[in-house]
Amino acid sequence: MLTYAIKRVALAALILFVVMLAMYGMVFLVPGDPASVALGPRATPALKAMLTERMGLDQPVAVQIWRFFANAAQGDLGIDVWSKRPVLDQILEAFPQTLLLGLVALSWALTLGITLGVLAVVYRGTFIDRALGLVSVSFISVPSFVIAIYLLLIFAVWLQWLPAIGAGKAGDIPSQIKALILPSIAVGIGWVGYLARMVRASMLEIMAANHIRTARAFGLPERKVVTRYALRLAIVPTISVIAVGLGSILSSAVFVETVFSRPGIGTLITGAVFKRNYPVVMGTVLVTTAFYLLVITAADLLIAKLDPRVRDALAR
Amino acid sequence: MTEPLLEIDALNITYHTDHGKLSALRGASLIARTGEVIGIVGESGCGKSTLAASVINLLPQAAEVTSGAVRYKGTDILRLPPEAQRALRGQDIAMIFQDPMTAFNPVLTMGAQLVDFQHAAQIPRAEKLTRARALLARVGMPDPDLTLRRYPHQLSGGMRQRVAIAAALLMNPTVLVADEPTTALDVTMEAQIIHLLRDLRRDYQGAILVITHHLGVVAELCDRVYVMYAGEVVEEAVVDDLFHAPRHPYTRALIACDPGHFEQPTPILPTIQGRLPDLRTPPTGCSFAARCPLAEAICATPPPRIQISPTQSALCHKAGGQP
Repeated sequence: MLTYAIKRVALAALILFVVMLAMYGMVFLVPGDPASVALGPRATPALKAMLTERMGLDQPVAVQIWRFFANAAQGDLGIDVWSKRPVLDQILEAFPQTLLLGLVALSWALTLGITLGVLAVVYRGTFIDRALGLVSVSFISVPSFVIAIYLLLIFAVWLQWLPAIGAGKAGDIPSQIKALILPSIAVGIGWVGYLARMVRASMLEIMAANHIRTARAFGLPERKVVTRYALRLAIVPTISVIAVGLGSILSSAVFVETVFSRPGIGTLITGAVFKRNYPVVMGTVLVTTAFYLLVITAADLLIAKLDPRVRDALAR
Repeated sequence: MTEPLLEIDALNITYHTDHGKLSALRGASLIARTGEVIGIVGESGCGKSTLAASVINLLPQAAEVTSGAVRYKGTDILRLPPEAQRALRGQDIAMIFQDPMTAFNPVLTMGAQLVDFQHAAQIPRAEKLTRARALLARVGMPDPDLTLRRYPHQLSGGMRQRVAIAAALLMNPTVLVADEPTTALDVTMEAQIIHLLRDLRRDYQGAILVITHHLGVVAELCDRVYVMYAGEVVEEAVVDDLFHAPRHPYTRALIACDPGHFEQPTPILPTIQGRLPDLRTPPTGCSFAARCPLAEAICATPPPRIQISPTQSALCHKAGGQP
């Protein structure tokens, strides 16, 4: 188990390295040098030279790459070209906002998705099962930004129950919670349908297994058969999907944060891309990739912890 | 004679499949008394596992009981409310399942499952563990403590079958149903499990039903035998009579095909020609007639159940004559 954990972490580090290298390569692949692209057509040569020097672009490529990695390893992700603030500070401000949105969205989506999936299995073949199937598929097929716009129109503009934009006032917890409701619905709703379908499929397979018949043959209460004997097993393949889900929630945050004008990684990254603000783009990509890898690695380790068969296969 | 402990009375079970209705059991009847070991034999698809599942009413979703009863101590369990049925399962009537590979939950330890199976007992968990440990030792598990901490996939097939037997005995049930207890095992393991079951029956107080396609298992373990064919009980006999004076042509054919019974090397293994009738449209006459060497015109009409002795009967037009 420990060797497996070390292997997984090493693999994650390698992936991170390759991603950063690819990101760095992109800066040079874009037509024109980054400094003139960033400054626009009306920049003076002196201004360009200054920016080129500040971004370290006058150095050989190998030195640039080395510097970038060495600095990143020390937590220095460079300086914002425009605001001249350290990139890391901006990310540290924005990231918790996105993470909060993602976690809130995923937790309600998980609770509802698993419950609906289990209900569909308990009432399989009935009207409830078919209705849940229809709802799940519609939830999956509508893109989150469409739902975001509709939520805005209905609850913020028309009914005026909830705020349309922003993340609430600093220090004012109730206003922050209110501001979270609509975005987290927009981000999570597709996941409800997806998780419900997944849990239903894996539960159906497990409920037909011999060991469920054994549990019933020993007169175990149906509630215990469903939760302890079936759901515990059905959750295992769902975990890796949830991990990927948390990662892709970060990307759907790009749309949702734009629609709701919430501060966060999504807003930061879109702004930076539009302004060709390379240090910020690279910094955010580094942090989100690292986070994504962290979650996926944690999920793999959790699966090994929950399923003794996986654990033993790894030990061998 | 003692009162029947378990009585299956003219049970008809139909499966609703995509290809129409299929009659899995057609008027099957059976009686088991306290202290008896009953064998149920027949080839695959004859309805013996459906019969076993009906004893605890854990039939597949597609199955429907169209008529008949399963009486346990005189009460029809098929018509009991679900909660009362559940209370009987594992406590009064316990199953030893076929295929020990998949019979246990893969993510719970054996200890956790053996404790769960005693959910009806109002005793502390530690006592349940002690009881599980004692039974594991009883079925010959070399290290009961270790077994309790193991997951199913960490045990061999033979060991899992032993644990399955121990599990069935946990609540001291009065009826024990063993559904193909040795089928998934290799020959040496099979012999060991038969040995264990024989050993257990000596101090077991209830009735045991052994479902198998293996005549050797029947000869080793059972007092009385029911032979099933195409959803019907075609012959009922005491084990000695079954092997020495079988009356139904199907029973004779089964015995003739049993490799354990050959004394001389044979170049060709005998088989029963033809195959099981299509149970979507069961024949109106004798269901074995199409494969029977003795079949005559009369066999196209429903065969009578001919009582040969108080303990032997056969569902055959020709069973009245000399064997």
